[in-house]
Amino acid sequence: MKDMADGYITEDGRKIGGVMMEMKNITLRFGGVVAIKDISFDIREGEIRAIIGPNGAGKSSMLNVISGFYHPQEGEVWFHGKKRPSMKPYQVAQQGIARTFQNIALFEGMTVLDNVMTGRLTHMKTNMFQQAIWWGKAQAEETAQREKVEKIIDFLEIQHIRKTPVGRLPYGLKKRVELARALAAEPKLLLLDEPMAGMNVEEKEDMSRFILDVNDEFSTTIALIEHDMGVVMDLSDRVVVMDYGKKIGDGTPDEVRNNQDVIDAYLGVAHD
Amino acid sequence: MTDQFLFGVEVVLNGLMAGVLYALVALGFVLIFKASGIFNYAQGVMALFAALTLVGIMEGQVPFAHLINAIFGTDVHYFGWNVPALAAILLTMILMVFFAWAVNHFVMRHLVNQEPIILFMATIGLAYFLEGVGDLMWGSEIKKLDVGLPQGASIWVEENTAFLGSDNFFGFFIDKLDMVAALVAAVLVIALVAFAQYTKQGRAMRAVADDHQAALSVGISLNFIWVLVWSLAGFVALVAGIMWGAKSGVQFSLSLIALKALPVLMLGGFTSIPGAIVGGLIIGVGEKLFEFTIGPMIGGATENWFAYVLALLFLVFRPQGLFGEKIIERV
Repeated sequence: MKDMADGYITEDGRKIGGVMMEMKNITLRFGGVVAIKDISFDIREGEIRAIIGPNGAGKSSMLNVISGFYHPQEGEVWFHGKKRPSMKPYQVAQQGIARTFQNIALFEGMTVLDNVMTGRLTHMKTNMFQQAIWWGKAQAEETAQREKVEKIIDFLEIQHIRKTPVGRLPYGLKKRVELARALAAEPKLLLLDEPMAGMNVEEKEDMSRFILDVNDEFSTTIALIEHDMGVVMDLSDRVVVMDYGKKIGDGTPDEVRNNQDVIDAYLGVAHD
Repeated sequence: MTDQFLFGVEVVLNGLMAGVLYALVALGFVLIFKASGIFNYAQGVMALFAALTLVGIMEGQVPFAHLINAIFGTDVHYFGWNVPALAAILLTMILMVFFAWAVNHFVMRHLVNQEPIILFMATIGLAYFLEGVGDLMWGSEIKKLDVGLPQGASIWVEENTAFLGSDNFFGFFIDKLDMVAALVAAVLVIALVAFAQYTKQGRAMRAVADDHQAALSVGISLNFIWVLVWSLAGFVALVAGIMWGAKSGVQFSLSLIALKALPVLMLGGFTSIPGAIVGGLIIGVGEKLFEFTIGPMIGGATENWFAYVLALLFLVFRPQGLFGEKIIERV
């Protein structure tokens, strides 16, 4: 891992670019509780970046800061070399940052296809009156968007449930639909909040494969939070480790694995 | 006997037409309820306000005339011009959109994540506020609304149905205005359903109704959608206001028809647009038929309470309404 300024080449030969997002000295408080204490790290173009840590370490809070659901009291968020002003979540989404949720936030009453189509909303340019009249441009646009969505549906192998209302799907498939919706936005940065939580081994393997494929195929930058240590170490290029709201480690999976603080705090001294 | 039967058919037809008007009001309720989970008590008053504004603009009335005169000692009531109906409808619609924005900006935006009962109370407040503003702005006298819709019985229908019965039967008596209302309601429903189902704003609307967080995460602005929904409700209110106003004059009792929309919604289900229509029709027909058949035996005037009794029965046996989503609690 040389020459960190303009990126590096991974072991499996993927090229990682420059810094896309930089978190600078983020501090987030809820009343008297400090969820995140002065944390800085960066996310590079094309990499899979993981944030790990024990329960209550502040991982989800960090993801919520990136996606604009929480606003830190201190610190700055830099995106594509520019300081990001305080933004609402929908504005962040419009900037090209898509996300999934730990406890799945899908539109349960809508079909899989409709759910994934909502992911395209930020790309639809026709205005309301064109849409209301539903003529020419609006119709052509819908068709074009539909094609992209179908590609993603194929990619994630959910063709067979396209017309099923999401509320009826089992947990593992819901997670995949949520990923599809986020992907449909063709995000520059994809945030995954515990994509493998509550899955069985087979589902976890599927999800890992999809995450790697997404990164490989679309060169999507991915930041993910995960509990399952094994999975994280296999998937990610670099890992941030959090504990009690503080950053205690940052580096490649190997570096993190050998970091004494991390071992003590998270991986457990008991193993030795 | 046949005449009696034909008379019954006529009652049903007229019931259907009346039901369409109930359905129009109920439609506005369903729209807001579906998109934001708010039961908008002010829907009836919105229809009244829209109708008042429309008449006021058409007749060139000076808004807040009484207030202005009281403060400045002047005596202005009319500008002295008449605005054509179409232009006035457009202007009224613009005002309703502004109203939608104001409702969201000053009230609903601050009540996000509150209990439904609190939102409901807010809309009650809104109803009285709007009624007061309507009174202050345009005065409280009963006004005639004439936007050029056909009035009176349809001679054509009468002449072409007279042959069905004996010499004592003169054909079905159907108000032309009711026929127009039915047509307008049909178009409106098809347009609204198509809008919600196939356009990007419609999809965003359904998304917001389903899950706020998820909607935000795909880049939907909640405020925009709420303003859109309230504008649509305002539009439906305007249409309902025009129809009711043309039928029975623009008067403050118009806001009471909102109450008739309640049993309609209980029948049709609070979340279903087709339900609002079918519910309206059932109430309209049921009311008229009941009055026609049972009414004379128990002293008449059953139309006042029949709808509520029917709704009560529905609450007991099918609380989600005919088309409402079934309430299933997972345990």
